[in-house]
Amino acid sequence: MAFDKLELNETEVWDGNHAAAQALRQAQVDVVSAYPITPSTAIVEGYAKFKSDNLVEGEFVMVESEHAAMSGCIGAAAAGGRVATATASQGLALMAETLYQASGMRLPIVLNIVNRALAAPLNVNCDHSDMYMVRDSGWIQFDAFNPQEAYDLNLIAFKVAEDHDVRLPVVVNQDGFLTSHTAQGIHPLSDDDAYNFVGEYKPMNDMLDFENPVTHGVQTEEDWHFEHKARQHSDTMNIVPGKIDEVFAEFEKLSGRKYSQLECYNMDDADVAVVCMGTSVETAREVALEMREKGIKAGVVGIRVLRPFPFANIAEVLKDIKAVAALDRSAPGGAAGALFNEIAGALFNTDSKMLLSGYIYGLGGRDLTKKHLVDLYTELQANADAGKLLTQQQQFIGVRGPKLAFL
Amino acid sequence: MSEMKKIKNLKEFSTSADRFEGANLLCPGCAHSIIVREVLNATNDDLVLAASTGCLEVCTAVYPYTSWDASWIHIGFENGSTAVSGAEAMYKALKTKGRLKQPDRNPKFVAFGGDGASYDIGFQWISGCMERNHDMMYVVLDNEVYANTGGQRSSSTPIGASATTTPAGSISYGETRNKKDMMGIMAAHNIPYAAQVAPNKWKDMVKKIQKGFATEGAVFINAVSPCTTEWKFDPKDTMHLADLATDTLVFPLYEIIDGHELNITYRPKNVVPVEEYLAAQGRFRHLFKDEYKYLIKEWQERVDANWAYLNRREEARV
Repeated sequence: MAFDKLELNETEVWDGNHAAAQALRQAQVDVVSAYPITPSTAIVEGYAKFKSDNLVEGEFVMVESEHAAMSGCIGAAAAGGRVATATASQGLALMAETLYQASGMRLPIVLNIVNRALAAPLNVNCDHSDMYMVRDSGWIQFDAFNPQEAYDLNLIAFKVAEDHDVRLPVVVNQDGFLTSHTAQGIHPLSDDDAYNFVGEYKPMNDMLDFENPVTHGVQTEEDWHFEHKARQHSDTMNIVPGKIDEVFAEFEKLSGRKYSQLECYNMDDADVAVVCMGTSVETAREVALEMREKGIKAGVVGIRVLRPFPFANIAEVLKDIKAVAALDRSAPGGAAGALFNEIAGALFNTDSKMLLSGYIYGLGGRDLTKKHLVDLYTELQANADAGKLLTQQQQFIGVRGPKLAFL
Repeated sequence: MSEMKKIKNLKEFSTSADRFEGANLLCPGCAHSIIVREVLNATNDDLVLAASTGCLEVCTAVYPYTSWDASWIHIGFENGSTAVSGAEAMYKALKTKGRLKQPDRNPKFVAFGGDGASYDIGFQWISGCMERNHDMMYVVLDNEVYANTGGQRSSSTPIGASATTTPAGSISYGETRNKKDMMGIMAAHNIPYAAQVAPNKWKDMVKKIQKGFATEGAVFINAVSPCTTEWKFDPKDTMHLADLATDTLVFPLYEIIDGHELNITYRPKNVVPVEEYLAAQGRFRHLFKDEYKYLIKEWQERVDANWAYLNRREEARV
């Protein structure tokens, strides 16, 4: 039975979750194995509804936990087909074991993480503590700043993940509620263009090829484990970034929308800059533009690819900036913010004299306001003028009570 | 249609082509490999297999070797069942979409797990697979202990067994809880087929496995797997222990169809006293001290009661 196609308008009004679900439909995902959790549920509900309406051909397996959701995805991907799911927060925490198994087995699964705070205290709103928790799990990680990007990056994710030179699972992050539940005008590709861009799934080491049986998920101890991990990481750092750039370029040719591992805004002549992720990038861009009217040359760097982290690119982008703020939307748990650490690592052993400070913000869905960012850019300019940090290195912004800072 | 093997005798059975190789690292006398061969040899169809972390897994797929001449996957301790359910979902999807490389095949989807992986840590995952009624078979290699990690009690460990986390001692007779009724729980999912099997009763086992393969939907198999290392018996006595397990009725052989139609498939001509089963294993040695002999009596009463219960259920068809 053939499925029906949708005639989409040039502009559709979709929220981030629906945008992701539409991308799964257009990619004609073969198996979705999923478990509901706020705020990601609508993505897999969307796939289920498309299936019920004969708009997608595939299997929707509604399992009994997030751990089982990814376990099912792994089995399905190893069998040999296109696989996707979605989760958030506590669900991702329960799933975490299997994320390492999926990447270790080099299975091209696409996981939408709709970023939400981790309990306790229980919280359904956006921060990036879930994203950070699994940042070292061996998955490629994209970050969408708005619903359009959530749509685009899902299509891009399949193409990158399934490339036989990559064969790694990919996460597409989007901010819980701020992106997932905020409807905006979206320019989708036609069903044919989207599917042709992603392409037919090309199986590799597929369990369902009975003429060539395969063994997935073996044991390796001290004799081989290190080689597997080291070579995979080497591929991730050396091969994957180029592949991502290729797919970004191909997508731009098709859609006119340009993606980069770092999304730079007014950085060419900037003195001060904010580096951040998620919906904050768009807020920061607005404020950066306004700061120019106040005589502060402000720029913004949005992290599009969190893993593999674009170390060389960020060192290049920031090398002449006088003062930079790393914005982390996650409590670091006994360290500096993760983005702060990555940037510091990227700039180490370079000639940069950049002053780097870290800001923890927005935990549990607390708004990052334009006022916060105006103050922040002003503080960065003061640091730049003084030639040294005038504040503690790590500060919390937007938190009630006395000012909190450390380091 | 599925292709089942026609097996007339043990010699024919034991010399048929293997998709599980003798080259593995399991203990001499381990029943796991015997059970696995009996399951795989029951069909000529293609196989998609999974194993949960455990003895079978660590002994059969140590890179760069594999003992499996069929597609096989291991993810973790708790999710072998779900791995196969995912593969089965992909098979259905690709079949619908006409993308199978060999569309004329009838693959069988089978997951193996020990009792630790099945009765305990993977319980929820198996329950999910059974409830969703995937076209798959889940086989428990039930040796009533966490053997791979060195002999800790599981919820399948029976009363009075000495395990490393419930050791017999001067004031302890070992495990104090009775074995979980996994067959009953799985049958209560109203799956089309559940059966208890033993490697010594290979004809009974092959019949059930073939019935399971011919069944559309989820199949649960609980296989008793005498463990030379943790039950503490001589490796040459594996089949003797399996005989004792079935003939004392400690491990009765039966099947449950659609959750209610219970059939006892083996009635020993001479029922052996449970005491002989216990006496053959080091893990029960302490029960023969005077102060614990009452436990042997209770063991017999429990086995008798269970046998009577199964007979009543068989008769009542409930």
